[in-house]
Amino acid sequence: MGKPTFQRKAEVIGIGREGELLEVAMGPQHPSTHGVFRMDVVLDGETIVKLKPVFGYLHRNHEKIAENTSYLASMPYTDRLDYFCSLTNNWAYALSVEKLAGLQVPERAEYIRLITAELTRLLNHTCLAGFLLQDMGALGTPLMYAFREREKILDLIESLTGARMMCNYMRFGGCRCDLPPGWVDAAKKVVAEYSKFLDEFETLLSGNEILMARTQGVGKLSAELAVSAGVTGPMLRASGVDYDLRKVDAYGIYARYPFRIPLGTHGDVYDRYMVRMLEMRESLKILEPALKDIPEGPVVDPKAKLRGFRPKPGEAYGRIEGPKGELGFYLISDGSPNPYRYRVRPPSLINLTVLEDMCLGQTVADAIVSLGSVDIVLGEVDR
Amino acid sequence: MLGTGILKGMVETAKNFAGSYHDPERLTTVEYPEQRIAPKENARQFPMLIHDTEDPMKGLRCVACQICEKECPPQCIYIVKSKDKRADYKGQMQFYPATFDIDISVCMSCQICVEVCPFESIKMDTEFELSNTDRFGGLLIHKEQLAKSNEHYRKIHPADAAASDAVLAAEVAKAQAKAKADAEAKAAKAAAEAKAKADAAVAGPVPAPATSTAPQPTSPPAAPAA
Amino acid sequence: MAEVFQAIDQFPVTLKTWLLGHAAGVMPEWALPLLSAALSITPILAVFPLLFALTTVIERKGLGRIQNRRGPNRVGIPLTNIRLAGFGQFIADGIKSLTKEDIVPRSADKVVHFLAPIALLIPVLLTYSVLPFGRNMVPLDLPQTGLLFFFALGASTELSVFMAGWSSRNKYSLLGAMRAIAQMVSYEIPLILSALTVVMIAGTLSLSGIVESQAEVRFGFLHSWHLFTPWGLVGFFLFLTAAAAEANRTPFDLPEAESEIIAGYFTEYSGFKFAIFFLAEYLGLFAMCGLGITLFLGGWLPPFKFLGFIPSWCWFLGKLVALILLFIWLRGTLPRLRTDQLMGFAWKFLLPMTLINLFVAGLWHLSVTSVPMTVRWIGGFALLAIPYWLLGRGFEAKVGKREYRFAN
Repeated sequence: MGKPTFQRKAEVIGIGREGELLEVAMGPQHPSTHGVFRMDVVLDGETIVKLKPVFGYLHRNHEKIAENTSYLASMPYTDRLDYFCSLTNNWAYALSVEKLAGLQVPERAEYIRLITAELTRLLNHTCLAGFLLQDMGALGTPLMYAFREREKILDLIESLTGARMMCNYMRFGGCRCDLPPGWVDAAKKVVAEYSKFLDEFETLLSGNEILMARTQGVGKLSAELAVSAGVTGPMLRASGVDYDLRKVDAYGIYARYPFRIPLGTHGDVYDRYMVRMLEMRESLKILEPALKDIPEGPVVDPKAKLRGFRPKPGEAYGRIEGPKGELGFYLISDGSPNPYRYRVRPPSLINLTVLEDMCLGQTVADAIVSLGSVDIVLGEVDR
Repeated sequence: MLGTGILKGMVETAKNFAGSYHDPERLTTVEYPEQRIAPKENARQFPMLIHDTEDPMKGLRCVACQICEKECPPQCIYIVKSKDKRADYKGQMQFYPATFDIDISVCMSCQICVEVCPFESIKMDTEFELSNTDRFGGLLIHKEQLAKSNEHYRKIHPADAAASDAVLAAEVAKAQAKAKADAEAKAAKAAAEAKAKADAAVAGPVPAPATSTAPQPTSPPAAPAA
Repeated sequence: MAEVFQAIDQFPVTLKTWLLGHAAGVMPEWALPLLSAALSITPILAVFPLLFALTTVIERKGLGRIQNRRGPNRVGIPLTNIRLAGFGQFIADGIKSLTKEDIVPRSADKVVHFLAPIALLIPVLLTYSVLPFGRNMVPLDLPQTGLLFFFALGASTELSVFMAGWSSRNKYSLLGAMRAIAQMVSYEIPLILSALTVVMIAGTLSLSGIVESQAEVRFGFLHSWHLFTPWGLVGFFLFLTAAAAEANRTPFDLPEAESEIIAGYFTEYSGFKFAIFFLAEYLGLFAMCGLGITLFLGGWLPPFKFLGFIPSWCWFLGKLVALILLFIWLRGTLPRLRTDQLMGFAWKFLLPMTLINLFVAGLWHLSVTSVPMTVRWIGGFALLAIPYWLLGRGFEAKVGKREYRFAN
């Protein structure tokens, strides 16, 4: 695992056998590639000797559009980056604008941000487990269970923000609107029932011998390679590196709630899956006390302006631990209502760069499973 | 022992199968369109324009300030101001939109137009069954279709409508208080002028007429129809 | 009362003899055997495709219920509003596959491409001719070669898989077909070996003879199904596993899985030919289940003697439906195995277990008179459980549950 990729490729192919190799394009229309994504795979028999990910099918010029619209109007576009978890995207963008403009966030808004971010992490990891099993051929049973639970969280999000997926909820200096009456009790109920669902889910999946046989030893990623490639999120932690922005940056009010970081040892698909399951349980440990402690108060900074927002010239990089990894926004302002440069650090894209290293020497079926474990959303990869 | 994981999984699915017959938690299908889920109070779909009177066009709160058009991220609102003015709910003369179109094939329901409107006139509706067979013009909604009454707004978003009504009522109260204060000031001024004239008549002819520089306050016309 | 049940039990046989009797006066001599064969075949051709159609609907509804949703529930009788809880879905699916355009690749070998689905369907239908569906209801009773005939036809279905993959002139179809054949051939051996155990004990290859060998009543009420012995229990599950792999059911449905680039061997088939492949696959599954019932579950015998008033073909159908439901349950729960894991499972796990099962069955048979019942049972189970546990340990050495550590 320590040799560079080109050396490993030469060993696997052998010299002079290029004529026997089969080149196949998987995707962009493919039931298991999580969106419009293509993998150009070169096969020697059944073994992968080269893999090139090709993306860009969902490129929507998000960063260029942001240069021509105001800061506020970019907020609904951030929903559509990682369209599965729109609230964490909103928070990352709001965080970087607040750094740029020097805005303060009131306490109540920080609690609401924390709670919605952890709810989003729950729904993302649950559905990832479902999608991974779907790729392995479980015909949708775990996926349907995951979606059943996701519906409960989506109902909460809809009653708070007005929309299930494209929330557009965070504002610079706080949140758009306050919690409706009864929301906290409904959220407490969902959180209380979630660990029972997680137990059922684990009974169905984690001890399943077929799942273990399909995922253990597959898609290994060493810790050195992960760190040097800039991989973040559960993929990094499954390779054994202790790096979680919620602890490192302690943004928001995460420092107030103790939670543990699960670490894997082998860096294979099973570790990534289990790290996410354990992370969900840790999220519940953050959510339960946070829901009890929400203080009263305003939800937006009184100094923040909605229209005519012109931050002073400067630059800022704000990042959060999204469910997929480190989601960051780098903004350069030149004093005008539109940013001069708006750059998204997409965790899915950067995690994808190590796909070839993970899949070399394995079969195509394993490549699909490895891709599923990276947890990509094409909206983020292509922006 | 080999196989226990699989057996436990099979027990789990059997529980779900049996549960789907008696436990509503385990059969979450809502058979649309015969059954529907009631929308949440805060749910938003596409914008609507609120009107206050019986006649939708006359009672539109929108004054064609075009702030929503500027702030809309995908630029899906098209407004053309009218040439004349008419009275709004406070009695002030305002423009109104001659054309107000929203292209709902572009609109992304982000609600920014609602947040920036200073006149409580554009709000989010909850109707989503708007599909149309005309692909080119059918999804461009004009103000006749966009205009919904305040009663409808109160029905679908009670808390928001109550807040909106409170803002408007506060505006009306402020305007009335201002009008009352202006009227009192005017009356006081007129009384002071009359008194000065009376004093001057008693004191004798004055060499030069006092230049009256009192500004004419814009007195509001009759009270507006609510 | 008993006569009424007897009459219901034997009504297909009486109906056939009555019809033959009437036809004897009308038709010439040489036509009578043909008519007899036709009368035997017609119920099979009527019942099993209908069972296939109902199975497709029940599978979708069953999978739906497992996944917390309803399956199809709107299609009923066509051209009316009667919903029939969705059981008319197979009519809709049938009409759809009949009216789809039949695309044949330009460079395909047209004759072989056309013959492949037929070459799959005919042997599968032929396998039904030796299964005993009820008392005296075997369409073709081969006293010396019944089981051999079944396995010969079952193996010949693999030829059609290769015909389909080869004639499509598509390298992915060919690779898929080769993998499918590798899977089917590998699983033939545990299948035959577990059936061989029954043949060894029953002493005959005739399927109705095997059912008769399970007719002995023990303890006054229990028919001695082969399932009620340690080797029969284990052998039944081995047979079912191998049958699922033969019929390409989850967790062994890799040749049909579309989440791989090398799609199945019937990629180039559309419309009616695809429907015939689908039909033949399910009919093959039913035939395998029917054989399993005959070998291990006592065929048309009831489990308890006092339940013997229920007609024998009802028992056969009931057991068949139960096995189908079991397969649907498995499909809804398990992900699929990878090719090399499939092969490893067949050669390294099923094959040793079937050989050990054969040995244990022999010991069981030889110790009938000399050893008391409890010792035979405990000994039998121990002799089977210990290799199972050891093989399981070998598996768990490579994969197993893990402990996870937490930072801070």
